[in-house]
Parts: sequence; structure tokens; C-alpha cells
Amino acid sequence: MKPAPFTYHRPANLAEALALLRAHGPAAKPIAGGQSLGPMLNMRLARPSHLVDLNDLIELDRVRVKENMLEIGALTRHHRLANAPEVQRSLPLLGAAAASIGHYAIRQRGTIGGSLAHADPAAQLPLIAVTLGATLVISGTAGAREVPASAFLQSIMTVDLRDGELITALRFPLPVGDLWAFEAFSRRHGDFALVSVALSFARDAEGKIIALRLGLGGVDTVPLRLPEIEARAQGRPADENTIRDLAAASAAAIAPEDSEQVPVVYRRELAETLVIRAFQSALNREKGA
Amino acid sequence: MTAPTHDPLTLSLSVNGETHEIRVPARKLLSDVLREDLALTGTHVGCEHGVCGACTILIDGRPARACLTFAAQMEGHEVTTVEAMGRPDALSVLQQALHEEHGLQCGFCTPGIVVTFEHYLRENPDPTAEEVRDVLSGNLCRCTGYQNIVAAVLKAAARMRGEAA
Repeated sequence: MKPAPFTYHRPANLAEALALLRAHGPAAKPIAGGQSLGPMLNMRLARPSHLVDLNDLIELDRVRVKENMLEIGALTRHHRLANAPEVQRSLPLLGAAAASIGHYAIRQRGTIGGSLAHADPAAQLPLIAVTLGATLVISGTAGAREVPASAFLQSIMTVDLRDGELITALRFPLPVGDLWAFEAFSRRHGDFALVSVALSFARDAEGKIIALRLGLGGVDTVPLRLPEIEARAQGRPADENTIRDLAAASAAAIAPEDSEQVPVVYRRELAETLVIRAFQSALNREKGA
Repeated sequence: MTAPTHDPLTLSLSVNGETHEIRVPARKLLSDVLREDLALTGTHVGCEHGVCGACTILIDGRPARACLTFAAQMEGHEVTTVEAMGRPDALSVLQQALHEEHGLQCGFCTPGIVVTFEHYLRENPDPTAEEVRDVLSGNLCRCTGYQNIVAAVLKAAARMRGEAA
């Protein structure tokens, strides 16, 4: 399995990269970490005639907290996300999800921008971006635009990215609830999840759930945030009754694809179980702290 | 703007501290260049899509899949292969531990495992067995000799920390 021939370009900065992508249009493909594109090239599922290597665009490898957001450059690697002090402090949910991506060597190369652009419906970072209401910054030769992650991800491996455009950053709004969890189930360690759950919430002085954000991955063509479940939780205590009710409602709210290997009923039960587990691990972590 | 580089490319690659001038197609994978152009056959080629980990090398000191990397991308970067990690007459601490614990069976996956953990033990000198297993999940062993590999990594870690093991 060897890639089809291509012309290799190595732009030194963002302006050069955008000019190259514009000049070659749909014949060009950007490569960052290459952990998803590499296999597609090797198997010739992708046959671009121009490969534009983004790895020298070090200005896109950055993590910074502004007053009310965490901004992450598109070239930031998963391993750095998993370990960056800014992420640990402001958005530990993102760090935990990044730490579970693929395998150790994969995380050293794979980038957050690449993961969003690749748009696997079971991938970690698209789920976290949708659940936490992140915004993508997308640059083209004509300038930059901002798109909510939920609008950017359109379907399986289909995103709102026009010819000549690049994702340059992701912006996560802050603060988010101090209780959080990421849960995923896959057949083998490191595989894409059959179902994944991202959860973030806070509790008021009386212990009632406020500001819940709940998202499910692997259950549709894009990661889903569940606003009706979030509303249902508002003002209720985070006790077993509530958790079980929310989990059952979450399972009922999804319409996953049916397949022989993974029947709908199985994926629904998995979603229900993982939502329960996510609430429990969020609460347990609080107790442990 | 840098001029586009057409096939074939003339590259200057730094591998294990040595610089090599080679001429290869842009689409040639780093794993194939290491093996075929530089005769560094310790880097094994298994699945060629990033799953098996047999081709793991270090790029600027960090583990990476050589089969998901083009040699053309490595100009200006330092590549380290298993050949730099010990010799038959002078095994590294990790290699010695793999030998003692029978942490290799057919040996095909061993170079990738050595490269992965030579790096990982520098990053985390005192890992738990669970952490070792998590990292090892990125390196497939078709003989399924994982138990002994985990034991060997833990033994090597203890020795590197200066503890008797």
C-alpha cells in the first residue's frame, strides 16, 4: 500500500500555505499530523496531486487562555493538549479526551485541526468541540471567518471548509462547569468509540444541576449535543434518580444507524450506560478532590 | 514562497546523527526510505496504516509512525531509529530487560516497542503497569507476548531509576 504520486509543497507560513491551497484548489490536500490522512493516502482512498505540508506553520501550534476563552492553534498536537497546564486548569475535559485519542505515538503527531477537518463522527475532539460550543477560526486568502463547531461538522467526514481554506484555531468558551467526564466504549483499546459521552456541569449552593452540557459521539453522522436533556436536568439534584432518568432520555433521544455488528438497541443501551457512568465519574472525581 | 518540489526530490536527512543525501520520490514513505535507501532495516513495516507500531521511530525525540510520514517531511528534523538504541554487544537497559524477561517472541514488533519505551521511560521514569499497558497498546504483538514485555519495561524502569531489579 503506497501512496499515488503527488507534488510535495512545504510552505513556511500561513500566507504561503493559503496561496498554495488556493492555486491548486481541490487537487491539493493539506497534511498536518497525517495520522488520518496518511492511511488514506497509503490505501489510495485519497489521491491528491498536491500535498501541502503544514508542519512548519509553528504559529498555529499554541494554547492560550484569553479572558473568557481557551484558544488552541490548529497545529497543536493531541499529546500537548493532554498535558498543557492551561488545558488542565481551564478545560480538563478536553485534556482527558485528547489523552484517549489513538495511541501514544499517534498523539505525538495528530493535531486538533486535523481531527476537526477529518470529522470522524466517533472522534474525541469533534465531540468535545460540539458539546462545549467551540468556534472554529477558518482562514482563506480573502480573510478569516468563524463557524460554530456544530455548524462546521455537516456529516460523516463532511465539513464546511471551502477550497483554499484552512482551520487555524479552535476557541472554547470559558468558564464551563467544574464537574466533567469523558466516557467512551470501543471494542479494542485505542479504537474509535462505538459510543462516547462528554459531560460538563456545575451545581448550585443547594446541589442542583446547573449549566449542564451533554454530548454523544458515535451515535449519528456528527457528534450530537442534547439540549433537551440539558434542559430536563436543570435545577434537579444530581442523585441516582435524576441520573437514570437523564440517561434513559438520552438513549431515547438518539437514532443511531442500525448495523449487523452494532444493532440500534445495543448502541442505545451503551449510550444509557455511558451517560450514567459519566455522571458517576464526574461526581466521584469531585469527592476525590 | 518556496518553490514546489517535484518528483524526485533530493533530500538531506539526518538519521541517528548522520546526514544522508538521497534522491527519492516525494511519495516515498519514511519507513521505506530508512529500509531501502539507508539500509536501516531495524524499522519494520507491518500494517502501513499506523495501527501496528512496528515502524515506530523518533522524530525530534518523539515517537512517530514512519509509515505515516514522508521522508520529504523530515528535512530539518532529526530521525532516530532502533539502530541508535543499543548494539548486540552493548544492549540498552531496556533491551537487556526484554532479553531477561523473554519480552520478545518472533521479534518482529520488538524494534517499535524498544523505540516507544526508550522515549516513554524518559518522559515517565516511574510508570505503573497500567500506564505501560496503555502505551503498549500502540504496538501490536501478533505472538501476544505482552505480559513479558510489560514486566521487562517495568524492570528497565526500576534499573534506570537506580533501583535493584
